[in-house]
Amino acid sequence: MLPESTEKNMSNETIISGKKAENAIKESLFLFTLYICVTIAILTLMTLIYDVLSTGTTRLTSDYEVGLITKIQIDNPVDFLTTLDSRYPDRAGIGPAFAGTVWLMIIVVSVTFPFGTGAAIYLQEFAPKNRLTRFIELNLTNLAGVPSVIYGLLGLAVFVRLAGFGRSVLSGGLTLTLLILPVVIVASREALKAVPDTIRQGALALGATKFQAVFRQVVPSAIPGMVTGMVLGLSRAIGETAPLIFMGALTYVNYFPDTPLSGFTAIPIQVYNWIGYPQAEWKETASAGIILLLGLLLIMNSIAIFIRNRYEKDL
Amino acid sequence: MENVNNLRSQLTKTITRPVEKIVKFFITASAFAAILISISIVFTLLTEAINFFQDPAVTFKGYFTATRWTPTFQNPEYGVIVLISSTLYIAVIACLISFPLGLFSAIYLSEFATKRTRKVIKPVLEVLAGVPTVVFGYFALNWITPNIIQRFIPGTGVFNALSAGIAVGIMIIPTVASISDDALNAVPNSLRNGSLALGATRRITSLKIMFPAALSGIIASFILGFSRAIGETMIVTIAGGQYPELNLDPRSAMYTITSSIVNVSLGDTPHGTTAYNALFALGITLFIMTFILNIGSDYVARKYRKEYE
Repeated sequence: MLPESTEKNMSNETIISGKKAENAIKESLFLFTLYICVTIAILTLMTLIYDVLSTGTTRLTSDYEVGLITKIQIDNPVDFLTTLDSRYPDRAGIGPAFAGTVWLMIIVVSVTFPFGTGAAIYLQEFAPKNRLTRFIELNLTNLAGVPSVIYGLLGLAVFVRLAGFGRSVLSGGLTLTLLILPVVIVASREALKAVPDTIRQGALALGATKFQAVFRQVVPSAIPGMVTGMVLGLSRAIGETAPLIFMGALTYVNYFPDTPLSGFTAIPIQVYNWIGYPQAEWKETASAGIILLLGLLLIMNSIAIFIRNRYEKDL
Repeated sequence: MENVNNLRSQLTKTITRPVEKIVKFFITASAFAAILISISIVFTLLTEAINFFQDPAVTFKGYFTATRWTPTFQNPEYGVIVLISSTLYIAVIACLISFPLGLFSAIYLSEFATKRTRKVIKPVLEVLAGVPTVVFGYFALNWITPNIIQRFIPGTGVFNALSAGIAVGIMIIPTVASISDDALNAVPNSLRNGSLALGATRRITSLKIMFPAALSGIIASFILGFSRAIGETMIVTIAGGQYPELNLDPRSAMYTITSSIVNVSLGDTPHGTTAYNALFALGITLFIMTFILNIGSDYVARKYRKEYE
């Protein structure tokens, strides 16, 4: 891998030449460039969060004053979370979208968890090491790289049309399930991989069958890791917008979904909707929606980190 | 030994209960679901795309040579080149941002940062990776465009390729950084130490020893980043606008494959219409592009792994 010329260059630049001062400048310039690059990435994140917070909090704090004429209707988080969408930016709440996201989360978890962990257990513990298994693994890697909008098209063709679920919260949840399934399977496999082999061998040596060893010893110790993977997958699912557009989530839905087959909207879709309006006031409403979305993600990631830290040492 | 194995398999057989069989069947089926998903993606995209090309208004030649993409107009034109060129254009802008920033961040993290700084910066990058794309879209439209683009390049429209490209670039910095970082960390320490022992400075060690040694991993991260930029949907839909004709001006709106998929599906597109089928033709075009890139990235990364193992 190392080209021959590298050695030559090095000796020219550092050992033979005595341009130490020049080198020192180059060194610090290089380090400075690296600092700048890292800082830009971090600063962008800060700017993004600051911009969203400073714009959106007007909708969520009641001490906001708008002059004499207009009074903001929704000015606290509770109202924002429970009110329906509206034609007026200051009256628009995120209620139906929030309910829709909760519905989606329930469907995604209840389908993804059994299938995701099941596939991971099979691939990690039972699968023979043959071409078919390798093919499944290759498939999973490729699925993880498929753009989310394509999962939306798949959901449209399979769940909305073929299965006849229509443009419903069920179709949306199942589509998101397909999207995060590869991620959850990979994470669950990692969790199983982390279980020491001594536990497997110990169980087998005591006369347990392979099945008993896996399901009574290995899987229970891998559960925290699996749950962490599930939560991370779920947090990716609730931030997804593109696949849900095909589920009719963008049509004006101003009611709370009550069955899996009702129409729905979700928080990111609602935010996208609000971003589309040109008036400046909608920016505040959209930002408030983003704050809620980022808040939810923060909570879920904290849960994942908490579980990881709490149970990691026990293994 | 063989006897023992026989005995064991017999024992196992007698112990196997119906529940075990059901569970085993279920987990095996779950694993095979991965193949099923892939097959159904290819199958659905293909069948609907074939329907699309069977429409008399659409010709295979027109799909690749027309210079307008107007499927919902009175006289529809289906020039996918418009969309592909916009997609690549915005992806290239994104790469100009994310490759240097991601790579240099990775070099900083693996070669210069102390353990403590690493512990702070890595999670920050992970947070950046976790920000939903609709939020980046908002940021591109409402912050990058007015505060950066329109300030430095007056006369730029509200929707423009530049701010969309920059936002996509920021979005993929973590992808590039974390895979490049892994690649740099996988280089044996002896190379780094050898270089430093010979009197090379850390800059020269990073650029002339570590960088070439990790090059295939870094290239893999670049390809994957490019693929993600091509497949990115919400940022380009929100901030990139929709300009259905061939154009290469970064200050004007553009129309990527993904944003036109979204926009066509927003309009009323009943099942079976040409516009509906067009969605899937675009879908398979996008799928093929990202699939080739992902395979390429995997191939490059694999080749590299062999060298040090």
